[in-house]
Amino acid sequence: MSVSVSTVRTPARTSRFERINDNRAFLSWLFMLPAALLLLVFLTYPLGLGVWLGMTDTKIGRAGEFVGFENYISLFRDGVFWLSVFNTMLYTVVASVVKFALGLWLALLLNKHIPFKAFIRAIVLLPFIVPTVLSAIAFWWIYDSQFGIISWTLQRMGLIDRYIDFLGEPNLARASVIIANIWRGIPFVAISLLAGLQTIPQSLYEAATIDGGSPWQQFRHITLPLLSPIIAVVMTFSVLFTFTDFQLIYVLTRGGPLNATHLMATLSFQRAIPGGQLAEGAAIANAMIPFLLAAILFSYFGLQRRRWQQGGRD
Amino acid sequence: MTDLTRRDVIKAGVGAAALAAGSSLVLPESAFGQQAPAWNNQPEKGAKLRVLRWKRFVQGDEDKWNENTKKFTEQTGIQVRVDSESWEDVRPKAAVAANVGAGPDIIIGTHDDPHQYPDKLVDITDLAEYFDKKYGWYDVCKAYGRRGNRWIGLPMGAAGNCLVYRMSHVKAAGFDTFPRDTDGFLKLCQAMKAKGTPAGFALGHATGDANSWCHWLIWAFGGKLVDEKNNVVINSPETIAALEYGKKLYETFAPGTLSWLDPNNNKAFLDGQVSITNNGISIYYAAKNSTDPNIKAMADDINHVSMPVGPIGKPTELNLMFQAFIFKYSKYPKAAKEYLRFMWEKEQYWPWQQASIGYVTQPFKAYEENPLWKSDPKNIPYRDAVKVMLPSGYAGTLGYASAAAMADFIVVDMVAEAVSGSQTPKAAAERAQQRALRYYKV
Repeated sequence: MSVSVSTVRTPARTSRFERINDNRAFLSWLFMLPAALLLLVFLTYPLGLGVWLGMTDTKIGRAGEFVGFENYISLFRDGVFWLSVFNTMLYTVVASVVKFALGLWLALLLNKHIPFKAFIRAIVLLPFIVPTVLSAIAFWWIYDSQFGIISWTLQRMGLIDRYIDFLGEPNLARASVIIANIWRGIPFVAISLLAGLQTIPQSLYEAATIDGGSPWQQFRHITLPLLSPIIAVVMTFSVLFTFTDFQLIYVLTRGGPLNATHLMATLSFQRAIPGGQLAEGAAIANAMIPFLLAAILFSYFGLQRRRWQQGGRD
Repeated sequence: MTDLTRRDVIKAGVGAAALAAGSSLVLPESAFGQQAPAWNNQPEKGAKLRVLRWKRFVQGDEDKWNENTKKFTEQTGIQVRVDSESWEDVRPKAAVAANVGAGPDIIIGTHDDPHQYPDKLVDITDLAEYFDKKYGWYDVCKAYGRRGNRWIGLPMGAAGNCLVYRMSHVKAAGFDTFPRDTDGFLKLCQAMKAKGTPAGFALGHATGDANSWCHWLIWAFGGKLVDEKNNVVINSPETIAALEYGKKLYETFAPGTLSWLDPNNNKAFLDGQVSITNNGISIYYAAKNSTDPNIKAMADDINHVSMPVGPIGKPTELNLMFQAFIFKYSKYPKAAKEYLRFMWEKEQYWPWQQASIGYVTQPFKAYEENPLWKSDPKNIPYRDAVKVMLPSGYAGTLGYASAAAMADFIVVDMVAEAVSGSQTPKAAAERAQQRALRYYKV
C-alpha cells in the first residue's frame, strides 16, 4: 500500500505593508493627509486663533485674558466700526454688481470672432496682472487733488474751474475707490466667464436660431442657464476679493477722508497693528465672517438652484 | 565743517584705540566740560547684531549711518546687519518681534512703540543715565524713553516739523516778519490766500503731517485728549476754541487738503501750489538738490519757522520721535547697548546729523552745538524741535491707549470734521471724546 502524501499549497502570507497598501480606506486617508495638514496649519489654526483673540484683551506684546464678547459689545457702540461696515457693504455690492455686468458684457464681446482675438484677450487681463499696489498708486495720481489728469483735462476743456477733490469729499471718495476696484476686478470676471462661454455647445445656438429664437432669447434661455454654475463660482470669488480688499484703500486713502472709505479690513489692520489693539482688530476681522458666509451661501447655493437657472421661481 | 569732521574722525580713532585695547571703560570728556561719566560694558564674545531702522528720508542719513556702523564693526569686531523699512512699516514688524520673541536685536521705531511692550525690552537705564550725565536729555526724551524709573527706549531725536514757507509770498502778503502767534498766523494765511498763494495742511490720514499739525492746533489752545491722570478731556471749551480757529484757518487752504496723505504737501509745495505747509526739512533739501533749475531756484525763497504759539503762551509742537530699543530675546544685549552708545556718541552722531542735513533733531541739549545748525540759518528752527515739543500722549502717560488713539486718527478726524463743516466743533469734540474713551477706559 502506498501512501501518497500530497502537500496542500497554502496561500503565501501577504506582508502587512502589502495589506495596508491594498486598503483603500487607508490609502484615501493617507493621500488626503498632506492637504489636511496644510488646511489645519494654514487655515484652521489661524482662523481659530483669530476667533480666540477676538474674545481676549490681547494687545501687542501682552498676552490677553478671556473677556468673552466684550470686544464685540464695545465695537457695537463704535460709530467708526459701523461706518466701516456700511462702507464695506456699499463697496462690495456696488463693485461686485458692476464688475459682473461689465465683465459679462466684455466676455460676450470677446467670445465673438473678432480680429486679433488672442491679443485683445491678453490685453484685457492687464489690470489683473499689474500688482494692486502699483495700480493703486496710478489711481492715486489720477485722483490727486493738485495733479490729477482727469481734473487737468476737464479744466483744459473749460468744463471745471477748479480741480476735483476725488479723495477729499466723502461720497466722491467712496465712488473713486469703487471705480478703482472695478477697473482692477473686471478682467477676472470677464476671462472666467469667457472660459465658461466657450464650453456651451454651438449646436444649441444653431437649434435656437432654426427655431427662430432672438439673440435675447438665446442669451436668456441658453447662455445664462448654462453659464450660471460658472457665474456662481466667479461671483463667489469676486465678492470675497472685494469684501476683503485692503491694498487699494490703504494706498489711496488710508480709510480717509473722515473714515469714509474705511473698510472692515483696513480698520481691523489700523486698530490691530499700528494701534496695538490686537484683540479688537481680530474682533473686527471676525465680524467679517458672517457677511462672508452669507455671501458665499447666497452665490454658491442660490445661483446654482436649478429652478433659477431655468427661469422659474421658488 | 571739513575740519570738524576730521577732528571727529581723530576723536573716534582715540575711542577706537581704547576699545581695541580691550578696555570696556570709556572716559571721554563731557560735552559740558566736566569729567564724563564712566561707562562700563563688556559686549558678549562673538556677538552679531541685527538692527531694523526706518528708511532714510535723505540719502546722506543712510550713507553715514552705514559708515558709522562699519566703523563700529572695525573697532569692536561685532558684525551688524542694518535693515531699513518705511517708518510706518517698522511698527508692525516691531509688534511681531515683540509677540513672537524673535527678530532684530535692536529696532528703531517711533513715538510710543516701546511703551506697547515694555516687558519685552531690555532695561537700558545705565546707558540712558550715562548719556544724561554726559550730554543732558531734553525733558521730553525722558517722557518717551522712561517707563516709571526704568529706561526702555533710547530717544534718537525727532523729525522736526516746522512751518515751511515762501519768503517772497509772505512779503507780498504784507508781512515783513513771520508772525509768531496764532492770531498773526491766521491773518498772514488770510492775506496769502487773497494773493493766490494759499497755505495747505494735510487733513487725510497722513500719519506724520496731519497728526503733527492737528495736535499742535489743539494743544495751542489748551485742549488735550487726556489730562495727567489719563482722563479723557478732549470735549472741552479749549478744544472747541481750537476748532473754531481751525475753521477759519481751513478757509485759507488750497483745495483738496482733506484727501492729503503725507507726500501731498511736499508735492504741492514744490509745484508752487501752496506757499505754507508743515513739514520736515526734506522739502528744502529736495529743492536744494533738485536737478530742475526752477525748483532749485525755489530753495533760495524757502524758509522755516517754528509752529506759532497759541493762547496758552508756550510752544505746543508734536514731532515724530524716533527711539531705539533692545529686545530681551536678543542673545547679545550688551553688544546691542554698546552699538547704541557708539552711534549716539557725538563723534558719530554729529557727522550723521550733518549728513542728514538735520532731518533728525538731536535728543541731547549738548548737541545744539553741532555746527550743522550754524551752517545754514534756515536750519535753525529745526534745531529746537525736540526742546519745544510735547510727547504724543500729552498730557497723559505713554502706553497702549496713547498709541491706539493716535493710530486711530482721533484728533485728526476731529479737526477734519470740524474745519470742513462736516460736524460742528462741539459735535466733533463729542465724537472724539467717545472714541478716545474706548481706549482710555481702563
